[in-house]
Amino acid sequence: MTRSNETTLAHGGNHQGYTEKHTGAVNPPIYVSSTYHQQQLNQFGDYDYSRSGNPTRDQLEAAIAKLENGIAGFAFSSGMAAISSALLLLKSGDHIVITKDVYGGTFRFVTQLLTQFSIEHTFVDMTQQEEIEKAIQPNTKVIYMETPANPLLQITDIEQVVQLAKEHGCLTFLDNTFMTPLHQQPLDLGVDIVLHSATKFLSGHSDIVAGLAVTKKEDLATKLKFVQNTYGAILGAKDCYQLLQGMKTLEPRFSKSAATAEQLAAFFDSHDQIEQVYYPGLASHPGAEIHAKQSTSSGAVLSFKLKETVDAKQFVEKLSIPVFAVSLGAVESILSHPATMSHAAMPSTEREARGISDRLFRLSVGIENEEDLLQDFQQALSK
Amino acid sequence: MKHMETTLAQIGNRKDAHTGAVEAPVYFSTAYQHPSLGSSTGYDYTRTANPTREIVEEAIATLEHGTKGFACSSGMAAIQLVFSLFRQGDEIVITEDIYGGSYRLFQHFYESYNIKPVYAVPEQMEQHINENTKAIFIETPTNPLLLEIDIAQVAALAKKHGLLLIVDNTFYTPYLQQPLTEGADIVIHSATKYLGGHNDVLAGLVVAKGDELSERLTHLHNAMGAVLSPMDTMLLIRGMKTLSLRLEKQQENAQQLATFLEQLPQVEKVLYPGKGGMISFCVTDSALVAPFLAQLNVISFAESLGGVESFITYPTTQTHADIPEEERERRGISDKLLRFSVGVEHIEDLKHDIKQALGGEQA
Repeated sequence: MTRSNETTLAHGGNHQGYTEKHTGAVNPPIYVSSTYHQQQLNQFGDYDYSRSGNPTRDQLEAAIAKLENGIAGFAFSSGMAAISSALLLLKSGDHIVITKDVYGGTFRFVTQLLTQFSIEHTFVDMTQQEEIEKAIQPNTKVIYMETPANPLLQITDIEQVVQLAKEHGCLTFLDNTFMTPLHQQPLDLGVDIVLHSATKFLSGHSDIVAGLAVTKKEDLATKLKFVQNTYGAILGAKDCYQLLQGMKTLEPRFSKSAATAEQLAAFFDSHDQIEQVYYPGLASHPGAEIHAKQSTSSGAVLSFKLKETVDAKQFVEKLSIPVFAVSLGAVESILSHPATMSHAAMPSTEREARGISDRLFRLSVGIENEEDLLQDFQQALSK
Repeated sequence: MKHMETTLAQIGNRKDAHTGAVEAPVYFSTAYQHPSLGSSTGYDYTRTANPTREIVEEAIATLEHGTKGFACSSGMAAIQLVFSLFRQGDEIVITEDIYGGSYRLFQHFYESYNIKPVYAVPEQMEQHINENTKAIFIETPTNPLLLEIDIAQVAALAKKHGLLLIVDNTFYTPYLQQPLTEGADIVIHSATKYLGGHNDVLAGLVVAKGDELSERLTHLHNAMGAVLSPMDTMLLIRGMKTLSLRLEKQQENAQQLATFLEQLPQVEKVLYPGKGGMISFCVTDSALVAPFLAQLNVISFAESLGGVESFITYPTTQTHADIPEEERERRGISDKLLRFSVGVEHIEDLKHDIKQALGGEQA
């Protein structure tokens, strides 16, 4: 019987929860041990040193692999550690094509660190097939996507980019943080490596920093394992446990947040103090049809631009429910200001060219009562 | 048996044959799946038994030479567990000089359940024993006056009258004193102190000798439910591994400080039994206390004891505040008395801190 992801999530990726024969524990123990006693001189057991393998981390890695329909998962100490470890599969002289709407931290890594190793990049508008094709060079090894992208929620047609990549012999990486495997399964669409900042929806409680990578290809799994063990940016055992526990409520959290996000998007869309709303659930959103084809939810994140008549500082101060902070995907609603937060690592000229104005706000909708949130925004926008 | 340092350093090692994990895994699972109807892995619900908690319970039982150990959510929860062995009308003979929190709990047991604490100095204990007396409870060394009580002698008295002997071994720990080998029946610890040792976990431990007592306590431990959580158990195990190193260093510092304090003109009296890391001392004038505590830079003015950091406590207003004033004074806990839990800092830094705080730079 195939199980729905909801059931897999609730059981931490296991059949009937975690049950080891020895104790029957329904939750995995946290293996704090860094090292493992070996029984024989010549033959080591499954575990020898916790960087290379840890039973608690194994549980988490197996769970995300199953959820993403991959063959192997890898847990890292942050979303950036997952992204950077995956990008370090590249060699000097290689080139990547990357969406210009990429997360600011990824932008910083690609422009400042990959270039240090002579790994070059070209930023493209991932919604424009021709632009991507034009950017592909003989040494292009990876096309890197985020969809919906951050913070304007632009939609990339995953299958189309995968097709193009295959024609040119490139791999595709996709950051699936915004949709989670519940609502978008890129490996099924031909993507080679899926990446997550698990700090966001997967853990969902703003209480750990974590990253995940998944693949369904043997050779890539071997390489990712090598990088994970060699660079050592692994997720600690206690954080692995906390992440697994957070993932158990992903479905109800995400469903509630997405339902409220839809209501809020409609509210902002009809509000006279809002210039524009960015949300894949709005029919007017560019790429909304493509998104509906490759994903089963409009998501819990939306962005909106205030009209010039609104005092942005006052707007933020008047709000009493959302926390004004970086990050997203938590039980509490989080309002961010991309220009000074997630995209601050990007030069202002780059930022403006990408449409990230000072009047743009990103809202990660939490699980608070939807009426409370609506009323809070209503009063904050009233004069 | 192995030396105690070896047992301590390897608590939890080789407990997970499947992986060979050197440090014990931490089981947060509250429930355990049954293999089939009517069978159990030995773990059903974490209050009743938890694989991580078992490790610290086995360790303390081994260290204290007891039959079974019980990990509780605080030292007071451990004492409460042991006192739940008693019934209405029972009397317990208790040493006078005890921790104020225990005194408060015993008063509560008396007022609510008529389980009567009868306080006596060791030499006068026998005359307080009657047909209702069920146990003798001692702390040794006592708190805060640090008088050592001869456990074997009290054990003989208990045996003669068919009483249980309960010893609070918090101050010396099994590293310096093993009451069960001297005839005690139950040992209690505030593991928050020397056993944990880092002022980062609140915990209590009980060790019982003999199957009958162990079974009764197993039942009560589960029924009352003041068990130690898996995370705190892990921290306690981690702390216990270095108990011998810490206590050796604390004792060495304390021995030097006892001599140093005796020579200070502002110090009237030093109470130190010659071993362990606790010293009590009286200053010549209670007016010296407030400025002294305010001037300390290295030593913290804080309640609790047994950690790597040095603490000075003022029993009058802190640990023994729950004992009525006249009762306190009668017991010798004057307002000139300070209790010093010596840490593992460098001895010269500690001496210097005391000297400068007493205004001794000029003296």
